[in-house]
Amino acid sequence: MAGALQDWRQHKRPFAAIVSAPIFWLVLFFLVPMGIVWLYSFGQNVGPAAIEITGTLDNYKRATEWLYLSIFLKSLAVAALVTFICLIVGFPVAMAITFATEKWRPWLLLAIMLPFWTNLLIRTYALMMLMGQNGYANKGLGAMWDGASWLRTLVGLQPLEAWTPVQLLYNNFAVVLGLVYVHLPFMVLPLYSALDRLDKSLIEASLDLGAGHFRTLMKIVVPLAGSGIAAGVMITLIPALGAYLTPDLMGGTDSQMIANVIERQFKRANDWPFGAALSFLLIYAMFALVALQSLRGSRAKVGAH
Amino acid sequence: MAEPIIQIRNVSKRYPGSPVAAVDDVSLDIMPGEFFVLLGPSGCGKTTLLRMIAGFEIPTSGTILIDGQDMAAVPPNKRPVNMVFQSYAVFPHMSVEQNVGYGLKIAGVRGDEASARVREALELVKLDGLGSRKPDQLSGGQRQRVALARSLVMRPKVLLLDEPLSALDAKLRAQMQFELSDLQDQVGITFITVTHDQDEALSMAGRIAVMNKGEVAQLASPSDLYEFPANRFVADFVGSVNLFEGKLTLDEPDRAAIDCPGLGKVYLGHGVTGPHGADVWVALRPEKIYLHVPGKGDAIRAAAKDAPEDHNLARGTIKGMSYLGDITLYEIKLDSGAMIRVSRPNLSRHDQEDFTWDDRVSMHWRADSPVVLLS
Repeated sequence: MAGALQDWRQHKRPFAAIVSAPIFWLVLFFLVPMGIVWLYSFGQNVGPAAIEITGTLDNYKRATEWLYLSIFLKSLAVAALVTFICLIVGFPVAMAITFATEKWRPWLLLAIMLPFWTNLLIRTYALMMLMGQNGYANKGLGAMWDGASWLRTLVGLQPLEAWTPVQLLYNNFAVVLGLVYVHLPFMVLPLYSALDRLDKSLIEASLDLGAGHFRTLMKIVVPLAGSGIAAGVMITLIPALGAYLTPDLMGGTDSQMIANVIERQFKRANDWPFGAALSFLLIYAMFALVALQSLRGSRAKVGAH
Repeated sequence: MAEPIIQIRNVSKRYPGSPVAAVDDVSLDIMPGEFFVLLGPSGCGKTTLLRMIAGFEIPTSGTILIDGQDMAAVPPNKRPVNMVFQSYAVFPHMSVEQNVGYGLKIAGVRGDEASARVREALELVKLDGLGSRKPDQLSGGQRQRVALARSLVMRPKVLLLDEPLSALDAKLRAQMQFELSDLQDQVGITFITVTHDQDEALSMAGRIAVMNKGEVAQLASPSDLYEFPANRFVADFVGSVNLFEGKLTLDEPDRAAIDCPGLGKVYLGHGVTGPHGADVWVALRPEKIYLHVPGKGDAIRAAAKDAPEDHNLARGTIKGMSYLGDITLYEIKLDSGAMIRVSRPNLSRHDQEDFTWDDRVSMHWRADSPVVLLS
């Protein structure tokens, strides 16, 4: 191992030959286009298909107007809510996988991974069919309603009025539900990896010292799964913040998120410079989140020594 | 006689899907204030038994009573026992003080009393002054002391220790053996220790239960275990031993003789109470065999007059030698073709030069040295 590493340090040229191709790829297809978009954010439209880079900050000024800032903040709020729900739902799931028997664990992990191998669009449409006016969710609720109505007649009460399907789609509720559904695996996997690494005798030691299961969970398991929680939060929050498809398909007119606004600038509004400015504000926000996270991580490490 | 603090009655543990029982119908009484050791090879069920006392495993059948109370329905966090885990299980996100105070806080002990008891426990394990450290700033030995203090501060009726010294280096382990014995004397709490290390067991225990395949093979004091093993498993597991098959040719109240094809004629100064002509095994410890140049052994043997002529004598050729400093170990091929191991103390500086490879030697042993085993 050490020998191999030393060889790489001593023989820089073959090493460079190996890594230059992927680096070239990243520069050409990631950094260059991003750079172009970044430049556009300082330009203005001079014709239907012509942009002039004038160095103006007008796009950023417009992007920070309340109209857009409010959508920004709302996206952040939705992403935070989605992350929180994923954490609350995902933690017990991760615990269940960790404490499952050797025989069951791979199957449970497979069940978590399975959605990854299915196209997001298909998954979203499937969820929409479930939640539609005539979907199974409404049918199930209707059946329960009818059942309750029947029970009332049994005890001599007036039956309930006829079931009217609930509007489950095209609102903020649908967006949050859809995003939780999409992002849950992102939360469960880092949590599982952190819990799996946890020395199980720590849990037994806590019980042995008289703690109940709930106290053991809150005082031992959750604090020691901290790195997994932080990783799960970041890996859920960032994509949720930039979510496009779910709010577009499942949201109503008032549940647009920032990615939908950006899309509109590039397509229908044909205002690339403004779209670019919005995009970069989103990217900066994500950078800030990542920076905050790594700062927290390094401080935790300093505190430990 | 005092009431046992722990009564284990016909306890068995079977894991689903396993054809053999991890613990098979074990009954033990452990007395208050005792230093009790469960000794055995890995997989013998000793740790399972300890974890059943702690409440982390539920017996398939049988009962465990602690201080007269049936533990069947009592969860681990309600049992009057505490455990020191093999990995120590010191909470890494808490300081030493917080670790030691964890159980007290749950028990509702707060304020001055709690801090006084934490301080007292840390003094007991010689960690005073390190209370504010985090576990990753401690050595392995110190972390183990934290685990000890964390359990002792709860003043349990019984302290359970799972392989407490296995992760320490040899020097520290020897030191901790003494310290654990002292500590147990000081606090007067019953200690039950699980170990696979016979030296550890012999040096610390008041009584030892040797376990094999889920059963107790022998329950005895350390010296009885070593000098009077009950069967071949115990003789072989505790210490080093030479085992020879033989037939009982003489069995009277004050003497017995066994004819071993491998070793020769063996004479004992006491009876065996086995059927005449029975197949038995003779166990002979390497340090109880005297090594001589040919001829000399016979003369000494004859002068001792503790056995008839031609008994308790053997001749052979040295085939292997290992010098261990305090003793030298010899592998000797007997004239019968069997191998025997003899250890010889190096009483003076050049003793190890007395014999070397391919030397012809004679051996003798005293009539009270061999142990006859029926199983």
